[in-house]
Amino acid sequence: MLRSYVNSAKTTVDKSSLSLRRVRSQTRLRESVIQRLLLACALLSIFTTIGIVVMLLVQAAGFFSEVSILDFFTGTKWAPLFQPQHFGVLPLVGGTLLTAGIAILVALPIGLASAIYLSEYARDRVRRVVKPLLEILAGIPTVVYGYFALTFVTPVLQNIFPNMIVFNALSAGLVMGVMIIPMVSSLSEDAMVAVPRSLRDAAYGLGATRLEVATRVVMPAAISGIVAAFILALSRAFGETMIVALAAGSTPKLTLNPLESIQTMTAYIVQISLGETPHGTTEYYTIYAVGLLLFVMTLLMNLFSQWFVRRHRERY
Amino acid sequence: MSNVAALEAKNLELWYGNFQALRGISMVIPRNQITSIIGPSGCGKSSLLRCFNRMNDLIMGSKVKGEVLFDGRNIYATGIDPTEIRYRIGMVFQKPNPFPKSIFDNAAFGPRVNGIRGNIEEIVEHALRRAALWDEVKDRLRRGAMELSGGQQQRLCIARALALEPEVILMDEPCSALDPVATIKIEDLMKSLAEDYTIVIVTHNMQQAARVSDMAAFFMMDTDRAGILVEYGTTTEIFTNPKDKRTEDYITGRFG
Repeated sequence: MLRSYVNSAKTTVDKSSLSLRRVRSQTRLRESVIQRLLLACALLSIFTTIGIVVMLLVQAAGFFSEVSILDFFTGTKWAPLFQPQHFGVLPLVGGTLLTAGIAILVALPIGLASAIYLSEYARDRVRRVVKPLLEILAGIPTVVYGYFALTFVTPVLQNIFPNMIVFNALSAGLVMGVMIIPMVSSLSEDAMVAVPRSLRDAAYGLGATRLEVATRVVMPAAISGIVAAFILALSRAFGETMIVALAAGSTPKLTLNPLESIQTMTAYIVQISLGETPHGTTEYYTIYAVGLLLFVMTLLMNLFSQWFVRRHRERY
Repeated sequence: MSNVAALEAKNLELWYGNFQALRGISMVIPRNQITSIIGPSGCGKSSLLRCFNRMNDLIMGSKVKGEVLFDGRNIYATGIDPTEIRYRIGMVFQKPNPFPKSIFDNAAFGPRVNGIRGNIEEIVEHALRRAALWDEVKDRLRRGAMELSGGQQQRLCIARALALEPEVILMDEPCSALDPVATIKIEDLMKSLAEDYTIVIVTHNMQQAARVSDMAAFFMMDTDRAGILVEYGTTTEIFTNPKDKRTEDYITGRFG
């Protein structure tokens, strides 16, 4: 009796340890599946990026076998759709720089001022309301910004500059600037809030006013974050498409006059992608060359920003 | 002992929101002496120090009642500019907190911000000499202040305050983050500075208070956790012949 009881107890123990082992090996299997799944997700975006870059390179190489790189980079006339054809990309680059430049002139001072207000002046309660409100600006679809520029800002500007044409760089640039304000303000504010309180105390203790603390201590200490915010906003402005496609026009022109109609690199790509340009022609391949150039420009800015942040990272 | 008051608190009370941090503090800080403020953690020592240069203004919801007389004026009277108070009453903090700038720019910060005219190089050199740091840094004034050791950083923070030629220097546990050697250097410096300045130091370290200070004030928490001044006198009196039982218990290490 006793013996059979012991035996049965023994078998129970064995069984349970067996099932424990089975559970453990199942867990291990599940873990490795999960790990591979996560890895696959990470690799997916990397391969997509590589795929895009390779496609850009291959197609652009096709373009450059027909058009000389020198002409492309030094030519001041962009007219691939007309006879005689011209493939000087400078007017498109100029259009992009002009609109992005106007945008930054708007976004940098306003964004920084908002960041200073939020981080140094605003009470906690105010900040908790204002910051999300400001970030809503970033959530408005760019197409809405585009027709806002075209149907509201442009008519207003035409009252000030009567000979300004409907499609112009100024209106698009201004509205784009408003769009990227939250990028500058939000990221700069994060960097400024991260500056330790002890540094502010030190400055206040030496008789500095709130504004002096903000501009002479907090901003310099947060400079790497502020520059990163600036570069991010600038690359966003370079890549912005809908606003410029709708409001800035489609006239590639190398000009510094913001009242004129221009065309940016992105707007040109849209025009060709949507137009009737036959695939396989040189005209069609221009969009890959322009796209590659845009990609390289943005990449260089991001590399600069990373280098700058690393170089100027403050140890407090 | 000179009886001229550098600072005088008159029935000073401090609230953070609904919490009373200090109650009924009246004390005279004598000129050109070192006054130490001692007492257990949370008894309002640092809060009192921050009342002396209106640093508590920066904390939301703080409220002060009573008076702090400086130069015959109540610094909490209407029309007084707190930034002026803060540059005439310097402050050194618990953890060395130099700006992430060069050694020179750290020492020059106060004079520059307050628009003080004069040769900035001379002011900086004088302040660094006075803080016993000049010989160690004179060849690398343009290097970053963060490269200095902790003790050097704290002496730089003292130099930074001295560059404004303040009348009073408030020190909030200035040695608590330093090793014993650096601590002794700061203490020697304090003694030499007392010839020209009035120093108020908050410290957790009984030996330090006994070593450096002329006057000592013992603070405690009341039953509602508000800080009160229990006993104030010369350091010798407080440490050898305290009148209050609570002071004696604290000094002899029976609590705190």
